[in-house]
Amino acid sequence: MTAAPTLGKDLTGLEHMTPEQIRLILDTAEPFKEVSERPIKKVPALRGKTIVNLFFEASTRTRISFEFAEKRLSADTVNVAASGSSVSKGETLVDTARNLEAMRIDMVVIRHPSSGAAEFLGDRIASNVINAGDGKHEHPTQALLDLLTIRDKHGKIEGLKVCLVGDVLHSRVARSNLWGLTKLGAEVAVCGPWTLLPRGIEELGVKVFGRIEEAIEWADVLNVLRLQLERMEKGFIPSVREYYRVFGVTPERLERASRDITIMHPGPMNRGVEIDSRVADGPHSVILDQVTNGVAVRMAVLYLLAGGRAELADAAKRGGGE
Amino acid sequence: MSRALQRMAVEIVEQAHGTDDLVLIGIQRRGVELAARIATLIEKEEGAAAALPRGALDITLYRDDLETVGPKPVIGETHIPGDLTNKHVVIVDDVLYTGRTIRAALDELADFGRPKRISLCVLVDRGGRELPIQADIVGKAVKTASGERVDVLVEELDGRDQVDVIR
Repeated sequence: MTAAPTLGKDLTGLEHMTPEQIRLILDTAEPFKEVSERPIKKVPALRGKTIVNLFFEASTRTRISFEFAEKRLSADTVNVAASGSSVSKGETLVDTARNLEAMRIDMVVIRHPSSGAAEFLGDRIASNVINAGDGKHEHPTQALLDLLTIRDKHGKIEGLKVCLVGDVLHSRVARSNLWGLTKLGAEVAVCGPWTLLPRGIEELGVKVFGRIEEAIEWADVLNVLRLQLERMEKGFIPSVREYYRVFGVTPERLERASRDITIMHPGPMNRGVEIDSRVADGPHSVILDQVTNGVAVRMAVLYLLAGGRAELADAAKRGGGE
Repeated sequence: MSRALQRMAVEIVEQAHGTDDLVLIGIQRRGVELAARIATLIEKEEGAAAALPRGALDITLYRDDLETVGPKPVIGETHIPGDLTNKHVVIVDDVLYTGRTIRAALDELADFGRPKRISLCVLVDRGGRELPIQADIVGKAVKTASGERVDVLVEELDGRDQVDVIR
């Protein structure tokens, strides 16, 4: 019998995770979907745990999703935003976290503009750390909920053709998706303007499409990334209108494909820029399923990381039926 | 085992004075199979026109030792057939031992409504209770020591029906 996989102390990214660990999270998320459908949407699994949501960057969906996940597991939660906290007075990240730890917290969910911030923090504090997005590095829970949504829709991930469309270069969602999808055996492609695709990405075994029509012909799933409008100001794309004309995912383009293509978007959407409203609200869009799955995936991650200290496990081993 | 289940099915109907409002909830995993079998036996016996509602309950998230178990236990499916308020719920499990599973099940069921009655039906009562919990219907009572293990095998999951006491 092989040992059951565990996650370790922190979840900082998918790059260094094994396929078994990723599958463990997806499988654990399944039963958590049902909890959110109960008349009382709450289970006592994390009762008495204190979780700090430390957000150094704006976030609505991810923060609320984590907060729902925490509350539905009965944890106590505190939200700290960078503005209006001692961070704006110049306190370092580690000092902020150590002060929180001195108040006896158990877990930290962190979003930070610097790549590597979550891992940096995880190495320095005893609490579990979950990365809710760090710079251009990773956004593991987003990729996990994307994987779960793909698996729900297609019944598998292995062998599926998934194309990430748009600003892959600046996207932590894209990076986490790349790791997760390739580890679970999907074929992965990227499509976007050359200025927004990372150089040398082909070396990771990723296909590159310069035209959206080619991507649509190839893919089973399109994960359409958000075009951050400030990219235009920095000269990566000529104009938003131009972007829509060349790379916009429109019903006309999708109709030419020989099969139905599942449409995903991590949000927030720019309707009429990277995605047409008729596609976003269309029959093959799973964009709101992604949001629903986000809560379940985050509950699974919190459940798997919390407590469960190895030294206590041996003492607690029990026999058969109770 | 089939004789024990038959007798348990009869006792459930007797104690409930019929099958009205009866809901059978099996505890994951073996309890779910046993509940399904007992429900089928009751339907056959009573000729119940409608199928007897049956559900599945996984109590993992209500355990009192989650903090100390590692790696985390796999969570099974929970499926409750509608609101339990004013129903007579029969919890079905394979083995009753410390009573902690049933404590967790009672807590969890309370989050699905307010049944008019909850009773407990187990295939094997092996003694060794750590909480004030007793079964209403028992297939077989077996005296066991704490070092021993009672394994229930069911056809649906294990390919055969069998109860083993492993010393």
